[in-house]
Amino acid sequence: MTAVMIIGIIGMALINFSFKAAGPVFIGDRQPSPGAREMIMALAPALLTGLVIVELAGPQWSDFDWTALPGLAAGGVAYVKGVPDLLSIAIAVGTTVLLRIAVAA
Amino acid sequence: MASTDSHREDWRQGFRTGAPLALAVGVLAMSFGAFASLQGWPPWATVLMSTTVFSGSAQFAFVTATSGGAGLLTGLAAAALINLRFVPMAAASAPSLHGGRLQRALEGQAVVDGSWVAAQRPDGTTNRELMLGATLVQWPAWVLGTAVGALLVPSADVMYRFGLDVIFPCFFLILLLDALRSRPDHRWIALAAALISGVAVLVLPVGVALILSAAAVLLTLRPLTRTAS
Repeated sequence: MTAVMIIGIIGMALINFSFKAAGPVFIGDRQPSPGAREMIMALAPALLTGLVIVELAGPQWSDFDWTALPGLAAGGVAYVKGVPDLLSIAIAVGTTVLLRIAVAA
Repeated sequence: MASTDSHREDWRQGFRTGAPLALAVGVLAMSFGAFASLQGWPPWATVLMSTTVFSGSAQFAFVTATSGGAGLLTGLAAAALINLRFVPMAAASAPSLHGGRLQRALEGQAVVDGSWVAAQRPDGTTNRELMLGATLVQWPAWVLGTAVGALLVPSADVMYRFGLDVIFPCFFLILLLDALRSRPDHRWIALAAALISGVAVLVLPVGVALILSAAAVLLTLRPLTRTAS
């Protein structure tokens, strides 16, 4: 497992450095084609959605806890309404905690 | 002289912009450090990762994937895919960076989501000093926060009772909302990714389900095909 960690860290560091250096070093003023750019930019929302889902679900949906959903909804709505990101996360956490206390009582 | 003063003010503005971002980054880093420790990562490895990678979403994706039963390559693929957005972002900033290839490569490392967005000028150029300043403030906060989280390591029960398990999904939700705010048409991609990952995680390891959610970008081929025809 330690080898996986070390190789993973080195690999991620190299990948991250390469991605951020590639444009400034090689591309310069040229830009990727519109199609490639569109697909690359679409990766972020796709993977962010995937991260939200798998983080909530866990393996075979075994970690899913419905009390997190109203909390996330409250945080999301707060952010859309202009509340700063950190405070929106605090709202999500607070809502979830209150709901869990209410359910446990 | 006026240009020097302007650059100094841009640096100051970068530090000011980075300060609140650093606070948020520090809190998220604590959550990441604790999460990684609960997945079996020793503090030194978690801190080393934050020091050298400095990318919350990629780090979280890698730890999620490898601890969810996926292999090293799947974890690296997940991290790489999620950070692929930095290629066009850094390329877009390239004309605003200074120096030779090495210096430009190093300056390109300042491209992180919050700093890059804050440094974009209406004319499409990047405020180099602002971006560098904002990132320089956030990096130590990310490393320090990771160390605190990795060393304190709240138990799974504490994470649940205090709602700390909601921090990362909410962080990603906020990044997603930001992405959809600038590109509302990507909501269909997000919806498809939710369906794909939701079904996939029922039968596949978490990391593989995460990678499969990237398949939703194939939806972007439709309008391109139409345009081409």
